[in-house]
Amino acid sequence: MAFLDILHLEKSFGAQRVVKDFNLGIEKGEFISFLGPSGCGKTTVLRMVAGFETPTSGAICIDGRDVSGLAANRRNIGMVFQAYALFPNLTVEQNIGFGLRIKGEGKAAISARVGEMLELVGLPKLGERYPFQLSGGQQQRVALARALAIRPQVLLLDEPLSALDAKIRTSLREEIRRIQRELGITTIFVTHDQEEALSMSDRVVVMHQGIADQVGTPFEIYNRPATRFVAQFVGTLNLLDARLLDAAAGRVGLGDIPVALNRELPGRVGDRLSLALRPETVVLGRKDEGSVVLSGHIAEVHFLGSVIRIRVAVAGQIVSLDTFNQPDTPPPSIGTPVEVSISDRDLLVLAA
Amino acid sequence: MTERRLWSWLAVALGGLYFLLPLVGMFDFSMRMQRDGYSFEAYRVVLADPQFQQTFGYSVVLALLTIALGILIVVPTAYFVRLRFPGLRPIVEFLTLLPLVIPPIVIVFGYIRIYNTSSVLPLTGSWWGTNLLLLFGYATLSLPYMYRSVDTGLRTIDIGSLTEAAQSLGAGWARILAVVILPNVFVSVLSGAFLTFAIVIGEYVFAALLNVGSFGPYMVWMGGNRAYEPSALAVVAFAITWACMGLIQLFTRFSKFSTVRR
Repeated sequence: MAFLDILHLEKSFGAQRVVKDFNLGIEKGEFISFLGPSGCGKTTVLRMVAGFETPTSGAICIDGRDVSGLAANRRNIGMVFQAYALFPNLTVEQNIGFGLRIKGEGKAAISARVGEMLELVGLPKLGERYPFQLSGGQQQRVALARALAIRPQVLLLDEPLSALDAKIRTSLREEIRRIQRELGITTIFVTHDQEEALSMSDRVVVMHQGIADQVGTPFEIYNRPATRFVAQFVGTLNLLDARLLDAAAGRVGLGDIPVALNRELPGRVGDRLSLALRPETVVLGRKDEGSVVLSGHIAEVHFLGSVIRIRVAVAGQIVSLDTFNQPDTPPPSIGTPVEVSISDRDLLVLAA
Repeated sequence: MTERRLWSWLAVALGGLYFLLPLVGMFDFSMRMQRDGYSFEAYRVVLADPQFQQTFGYSVVLALLTIALGILIVVPTAYFVRLRFPGLRPIVEFLTLLPLVIPPIVIVFGYIRIYNTSSVLPLTGSWWGTNLLLLFGYATLSLPYMYRSVDTGLRTIDIGSLTEAAQSLGAGWARILAVVILPNVFVSVLSGAFLTFAIVIGEYVFAALLNVGSFGPYMVWMGGNRAYEPSALAVVAFAITWACMGLIQLFTRFSKFSTVRR
């Protein structure tokens, strides 16, 4: 049994099922991200854990205790919102001390804890200010301090970085992760930004249409996507239509070009398949002996600075590949005939 | 100055004269009680009148009670309608506007019919009952102003997130309303409160028909029996209303955490 157990959780709004049989065990001190597009049900699951939504069925257990029937204000869960949700009429110190005052802690204890929290989030001198006197990043730090001040069992972060600009977003996500590690607090982070999810989490839950499509470490999610949706949603991906030629020998046909994957494949001869391939695994030119070599011509070139994304037309389909910018080698021009090499290990086979 | 601007100024001046001249005339008349020149004699007489002090004091207390009752009814209602039942908003808004559509005389006749001495709940039969009826009546009259200003105030804050933030920190409903919501719509509540105060201070129909000695009937009685004092009284009543309006402005501008005009 994990520290936070979500068991067969379901949620329907009228006839619409937004969360379907969601199961997840989160260990103490783990940082989990719920990643998915808008409307996939990730926020609804988070809100059910927080107690703001009542599950249609299923259970949420924290430390062995079923909290599904407990009101939000009795769960001892810290929450950080996208819109900060700081109380505008209270100073930073009063905001952070709010939960402690409700718990009935003494003035000295509150003051000490507030000071400690302000230190933790790096705003020791801003205690007297009102929220409107702070920048977005500072407000979100205060919101984090406020959520942590009550020593919650679980910390929930609902897209906390979405309202911030890119630079602050990056620095704050590192800071959130540092604080989470320092306190060892069990955390669920909801985001639609794959970079945030992959860079911060111990494990990522990719959600799609109310279902957890895949749960795994960022490395697993990125390199071994379990479903077509995960493969497409996380990172950039080439998806090539292919036909199964020999299941036992692992041979597929990419248009007219036979490709040997050298591993047994499921299905029957003639079945349609999708071959998935990350752009960084495709190499321009002929690589070593073992790799699959495809011929085609340059269709598009996108110069992105440090990286050049090249699209090559192969057997009537487009393969994207990334190369690093070399100041002494200009990018190839459109129409140039080229060869691309792929390692058969990097080709993922997805059901079409 | 261009011709267009000239016309604009002329329109403003005409409008100003239209509103101000009667007031200036009234003020001028109120100062002429002594034949040998301008004086504040009429004001002195009015303010020294024990009946003025008594009726005015009564109306002030009633106004404050009306405000308290209005806040107790309106703030939780507007909050829960916005938070939990947004679909009910048009209906509640319509209900709160009814006092503007139904004349006070209809409401008070309704009260008298329902709560007369031969009814099940004979409120008009006792001093307390009559005052309670008057208080409820005034709370009803103030609904359109109170509800609108509180609702506008609630619109400016993210009550959903603030409520959830407070809940996750352990707060219950009463605390959320008192510590999180009310202080953040305080300026709006004050606007509603000052409007309520201005309405209750000068209200006549309810007080006269329930036979209560408040400031409204006193002003009417004064108007029928004296010459200069009614004008002085009207100027005093105007001053109170304007003071209320001024206070609304003051509180809106100088609220500690308001971002207006910063």
